Amino acid sequence: MNHVVCIAYVPDTDTKIKVGASGTSIDEAGVKWIVSPYDEYALEAALRAKEAKGGTVTVLTYGPAAAETGLRDGLARGADEAVRIASEGVGEADSLAVATLLAAQIKTMKADVVWLGNKGVGTDAQLVVPMLGELLDLPHVTLVTELDWKDGSVVAHREIEGATEIVEAPLPVVIGAQKSKAEPRYASLKGIMAAKKKQIAVKKPADLGVDIASMSGANAAVVWTKLELPAARQAVKLVPADDPAKAAEELLRLLREEAKVL
Amino acid sequence: MSNVLVFIEQRDGKIRKASLEALTLGRTLAAKTSGALAAVVAGSGVAGLASEIAAYGAATVYVADAPELALYSSEGYTAALDAAVTAFAPSILLVSATMMGKDLAPRLAARRRASVLPDVIDLDAVAGRLVGQRPVYSGKARATVTPNANATLQIATPRPNVFAAAKADAPGAGAVETLSLGELRIRAKVVRVETAAAGELDVAEADKIVSGGRGIKGPENWPLLRGLCHELGAALGASRAAVDAGWIDHAYQVGQTGKVVSPSLYIACGISGAIQHLAGMGSSKVIVAINKDAEAPIFKVATYGIVGDLFQIVPALTEAAKKMKS
Repeated sequence: MNHVVCIAYVPDTDTKIKVGASGTSIDEAGVKWIVSPYDEYALEAALRAKEAKGGTVTVLTYGPAAAETGLRDGLARGADEAVRIASEGVGEADSLAVATLLAAQIKTMKADVVWLGNKGVGTDAQLVVPMLGELLDLPHVTLVTELDWKDGSVVAHREIEGATEIVEAPLPVVIGAQKSKAEPRYASLKGIMAAKKKQIAVKKPADLGVDIASMSGANAAVVWTKLELPAARQAVKLVPADDPAKAAEELLRLLREEAKVL
Repeated sequence: MSNVLVFIEQRDGKIRKASLEALTLGRTLAAKTSGALAAVVAGSGVAGLASEIAAYGAATVYVADAPELALYSSEGYTAALDAAVTAFAPSILLVSATMMGKDLAPRLAARRRASVLPDVIDLDAVAGRLVGQRPVYSGKARATVTPNANATLQIATPRPNVFAAAKADAPGAGAVETLSLGELRIRAKVVRVETAAAGELDVAEADKIVSGGRGIKGPENWPLLRGLCHELGAALGASRAAVDAGWIDHAYQVGQTGKVVSPSLYIACGISGAIQHLAGMGSSKVIVAINKDAEAPIFKVATYGIVGDLFQIVPALTEAAKKMKS
């Protein structure tokens, strides 16, 4: 079984965000980049499936050369191959553009399962998984916390509001990984050494037959017109806690009379 | 003139409140641009919902009714929504950003080579063009987003619990138009639904949430928080620390790797307020922090705070809430 795991290289959630000179995107100076945490769950699930049932795992990203650090990390954890679709010279690409590029590349591979994190941390758009399913004309399942294997199909646990849907889908399938109990592994020293020797295939959008200029920058389907830091919240109103019963009554009074939420 | 189509989500024949919020928002946008308002509902035996939908102003209700649509499927519901888009040719499509909406809208968008303004907390139409706002980078920034000027179909998914739901002063005609979908190709199928414990409100949909973190010290102390939930009619939530410690299931987790919530009241008990947690609850209207540590970052986003021992404060709150009710 062949697994393709799409990973995104995103600003660390703890990193300080500053608005860039354009006023529509972040200032990337000093930003620490990480593989989006959900993608790590996707990779872990794919590696475990490979270990249990054989096959290959390919990590795939769309991004700048720096994103190869993330691919290299995937190889070190146990992926067999890595592909980067180069973002150099491409204007801001939205989810539809990214899904289009990923789909074009995946069509050249024999994938049984295409894995992604359920969302990319940072922009949190949560659009690519269903878009990729549609563009590849494959079924997709989002919010997957657990996956069981059957002959020629998968049974996915999909976590929704107040319930879990058990979804059966034939292969090939696109899976959006939610956080699961299978915690992502760390790369071993041996894995890190082996990964250093591996080649990362680099493809340009044109190599994939995608006219990226027609769907990025000013031509993107969704345009960010402004990025701003949120207005500071008003300072917290502290209720003295010396007497818990009094504090409780005062808090409820504030919630009822001032905030009007009770 | 912008005609607005709103997807109505139903489960077991009940319309979700989040869809009525989207429908109310759609009515505002349609009125602003002198456009028509229509809704689309998919399911099995759902035509009877049209009058409830009309009460919110929909002139037309497109109905996709088929046994195969009884449970949600990405492919079946995308086909239904796509048929409604063809029939009504809206310039604006709204789908509430529920778990279903976030699965459905992007698939439909890709079919139409359009995109989505996802999970917006503010939405307006300026000269017929949608302009949305959404928190990004764990709530550390806010982006203003708009569809491409040449987009013929503009799609947005409004965040649940953020926009008000209100019936129209005068109901819409609610004329039912039945969609014929032909043979549905549904490959990924829901074979079973396992619902959470009976009587429990889900954190993703709740209007009030009482949430616990590392400060609750262990799973044996959830009854303390559940007691307060019971008195306030709130849902129980948890921070990542509590989930990772194995004290409670991931379904309860609020935050970056859990659920994103926007209740009117969020009470954080023993939660320090890591940025990943704030990403999941930062758009709550009123935030109460109860924490021993006055320096905890949660106090920076809280509306009200009590610096104190939650094991004393929470029972006192439960008691006071009980008194308030009687």
